[in-house]
This record gives sequence, C-alpha cells and structure tokens, in this order.
Amino acid sequence: MPGKTISEKILSRKSRQDACVGDLVICEVDVAMGTDGSVPMAIDFFRQMGGTRVFDPERIVFVLDHYACRLQPEAGDLHVLIKEFAVQHGITVYDAGEGISHQIMMESGRTGPGRLLVGADSHSVTGGALNAFATGIGSSDLAATMISGRIWLKVPQSIRVILDGQCEEGVHAKDVALALARAIGSDGASYMTLEFQGQAAGDMNIDDRLVLSNMAAEMGAKAGIFRADQKTSAYLAPRGAGDIIEVDADPDARYFSQITLDLSELTPLIACPHAVDNVVNISEVAGTPIQMVYLGTCTGGRVPDFHQALAILKAHPRIAPGVQLLVTPASREVEAELRKDGTLDKLIDLGAIMTPPGCGSCCGTAGPIPADGVNVLSTANRNFKARMGNAKAAIYLASPAACAAAAITGRITDPRLLMGSSR
Amino acid sequence: MRIDIQGRARVFGDNVNTDYIVQSSRKKETLNPKVLRQYLLESVDPSFANSIQPGDLLVAGKNFGCGSAMEVAVSVVLAAGIQAVVAASFARTYYRNAVNNGLIPVECDTSAICEGQRLRVLLDDSGVRVLNVSTGTEISGSPLPGIMLDILSAGGLVPYFKAHGGFVTDLR
Repeated sequence: MPGKTISEKILSRKSRQDACVGDLVICEVDVAMGTDGSVPMAIDFFRQMGGTRVFDPERIVFVLDHYACRLQPEAGDLHVLIKEFAVQHGITVYDAGEGISHQIMMESGRTGPGRLLVGADSHSVTGGALNAFATGIGSSDLAATMISGRIWLKVPQSIRVILDGQCEEGVHAKDVALALARAIGSDGASYMTLEFQGQAAGDMNIDDRLVLSNMAAEMGAKAGIFRADQKTSAYLAPRGAGDIIEVDADPDARYFSQITLDLSELTPLIACPHAVDNVVNISEVAGTPIQMVYLGTCTGGRVPDFHQALAILKAHPRIAPGVQLLVTPASREVEAELRKDGTLDKLIDLGAIMTPPGCGSCCGTAGPIPADGVNVLSTANRNFKARMGNAKAAIYLASPAACAAAAITGRITDPRLLMGSSR
Repeated sequence: MRIDIQGRARVFGDNVNTDYIVQSSRKKETLNPKVLRQYLLESVDPSFANSIQPGDLLVAGKNFGCGSAMEVAVSVVLAAGIQAVVAASFARTYYRNAVNNGLIPVECDTSAICEGQRLRVLLDDSGVRVLNVSTGTEISGSPLPGIMLDILSAGGLVPYFKAHGGFVTDLR
C-alpha cells in the first residue's frame, strides 16, 4: 500500500476509515467558522433544514469581518441577526472590529496540526500554515455542519511544492506566492491540496507560511498545508491549542505533480489587473501611476507585513502627494502590537488612513472604495475587476515592501531601489 | 434520478469569478437573490441581466465560479431563472454550492457551443450528456459522484437534510 499525503492522513482520521485520493468521505469537523458574509444565509438554510440545535456550540465560531466598518444600515441588521442566533445557541461571536476570521482562527488557538477546519469563506485555507486541513465552504455546507458536525469531502490529490533557497533582500513571501500563482495558474490546483515542503518552507516563519496557504485559494486549491515543526508549536503554545498531533506525509506518498521553486532566483513580482495569475516582474510595469495603496487583509495585514512596509517608508518624510495610503491591521492583536512598537504612529505620521481590523477595503465592504480610473496597489490576494467595489478601478497585487515603495513614489517601483535610502 | 432540460446557451469565457457573477459590494445592500439578479454578471456584460429569457442556460469555459465561496453567486443565477451551468470546469466551492442549491453543474467540453444555440442537458445515473440541438452534436460530461446526485435529485442540501436529518448516503 502506498504512503499517504497529509490530506489523506487527516481525512482518514476524521472519517475513521482508510481514505485515499478520490474517495468520498464523511468527516467529523473540529471547528466550523462563518463570517458576516456567509452566516446570514447559513441561518436561513439551518432553519429550512429543520435545524433546532447546533451539534456543539464550542466548535462553531462566527466572526464579523466583512462589514467591520458598516457602510450601510443593512449590514447592522445582519450583525443583529447573527448575534441573536449565536446567543440562542451559545456560539462565540467576534464582533466587528475584532479582526479577520482567518487571523482569529489562528490567534485563538482553534487552528492546529491535524485538525479539520471548515470555514464559510474561500480564504479559510489559510489555516493550512499550521498543519491543519482547512478548507472553504459555502453557507449551505456551513448550515449542514452546524446541525450534524459533519461534512462530506472528496479526498483531494496533492501537488508537492518544494521550496528551496533563500529570498534575496527585497523579495518576500508574497513574491513567492505570486511566483506560484504564475507557475500553477488560477485553476492549476483545482480540487487539489498544495503540500509545501523543502528547506525554505521550514525556514519560513509562521506569518510567511500563512501568506502561501492563504493564496492557495487563488490557484483553485482545496487546501494549502505545511508540515508542523517547532515554529508551529511555538506559535500555538501560548494560545491554548490543546494537544498537538503533527501530521506529515509518508516518504512514499503519491503526488499528482511536483513543483520546485528556487527562492534565490525570484525578483519582486506583481499581479496585474484583473487576474491573480497575471504576474510579471515588477520592473516590467515600473512607472505605472498608483493613486491608492492598501496595506492589510488576511494575506498582508500581519505585524511583519507592516514592519516590511515601514522599513521602506521610514526614510521618507511623507507619502507621495495624491496617494491614499490605507492601513487595516488583520486583527486587534496585530493592531495592539503595532501600536505598542510605534509602527502605527509612524504610518499615520507618514499620511496613512486607518480602518478598523477586518476585511477593510479588500472586497469593497468595509473601507474606502477606489474612484473611477484609480490604480490600486494592494497586499491583498485578489484583483478581480470590481473586487474593491468599483469596476472602473484597476487593482495590482504585490508585497508590502512594493506597496510601500509605490506609496513613496506614486508609481509602481521596485522596492529594492528604495532600500539603499532606508538604511 | 433523471434530469432532462432544454434551453438557450448564453456563452461566457474562462475564469468567470464570483465577483463577476455578483459583486461582493452589492451584498451589503441586500442578500435577496430576487433583487441581486439585476446585477448578474454586470461586470462582464451590463446588459446581460435584462436579456435573460426563461430557460436560458449559462455556458462557460474553465474555472467557472472561481474566487469567493459566497453562495449568493449560485442563488442569484437560480433567481434569474437559470437551471444549469455548463462549463469546461468549475471552481470547487462553486460546484459544491451549486449542487447544494439544486443548480445543475455540468462539466464538459464547451468550446464548440455558441451563443444562442439550443442545448438539451440529460443527467442520470449512467452519466451526463449535453445535446447541441442546433448542430446535432452530442458532448458527454463528467459523471457526478453518488452523494452529489443524491443531493441534486433531492433538490439541494435543504430538502436532502429535511428528508434524512443528516448525511445518509453510503459512501463506501
């Protein structure tokens, strides 16, 4: 019998059977998560399905992140609806302003090695960075899980992604993710798991692993999973994650394909409108005017991301005239740390505008919306037309460092060109 | 079970993402699919929503429904009177959401289907076929796994759960 991938192992354990690629299995879910973008419909489905009680309120969590800054009165109505349901069933709610669901799933110790997490949001795959099988579902699946504690899944094939080498200065985890999007394409990992291996995967800190797991969704992947190691344990230790059962692939596990990426060969990259896999070297579009720069989201809104941006920004007195610099920390914990170490004050002094922790401007639901004709450079994961709420704006995606460079010059700029002056 | 529907092909390209199907930002006004249907695919073709006739079928290239897992991207299609999406491939969350809501997802080669052609979609235990009535050709599609057929034939996950109280399909 051939060895198993991480996905096969976790889904075997959760379905209590020998699960192999292609099998349909019904699994016990460790935690089910919903957001204000998905829970209102899930409540409707729950009631229509005849649901009267949830399987285990301790294993369900709601996070109000998409409408963290309520721009319409209707968003407030949705929040009331969610909170009433949560109180009735004893479910924990993280209120608007607490942060992005995926970040909170991590910070609260709900995500951990070997766990099966389902989240009613596509970027639920972020949890794979902590060795969980974490995947995105819709509202109807969330409703069925809330009732039964179970979900049916097809055991996915896995692509082995081997990360070697070390990024040069000025090249970051986001560039690695964009390089993968370019190599794999927007549907190249459809229905599959990306399993990250190699020396560079082990060298990466958790915050960088999160970027890659998060962006797995942009390649169509069902999950994006790292091995667990000391960094995983160190991250989870203070977070009450409970018993940790690390899951690794067998040496003779079977993979659909293998991709090797030498990080030392990468240069700063950028995804151009309107597709995440429309990736070029940043030098190819250098000079393109940028009117809005966005630092935040479940991809690029953590402490090291803002430090990365500030390292470029700090040598300059102020951002370029005509540039709007938006800052949205991924969570209150991130915000508190940035306040404590002075990063927030420095960003505000440079001219940044703050919005409350949450999804912010990323999907046009909780922050400033770009005007017609505006070019946005963002640390987010998605640049579809109208993604930020205006089909007449164009969205580019890059690392926090590249976003910072554009905030200084008002144009797309290779961040390495500004690094000399930041020393 | 047996599904046999006919309709007019409304053809789109590859990578039609959920934000194109319905913008996330429209959701902050309402979640009612009967209201949201006026915005269906507005980013791709602003005149599309008004041009839909009863029985129209969506036809697309690869990776239909990529991006967000938001389920209104399925319910808005149903609310517009469209019963099936025929695409070269689907994003996994869209495929699940479609089955769960009783929107029929048919995966097959769509490269030869043209706007306005008449299609007949036949789906039963033996497989999936798409007949291009306008050209007299037949395309075979990927069969649906058992539990998906069960959910689809029940009319979606709501009637399936209502009838069974949980997952009852034997998957082994």
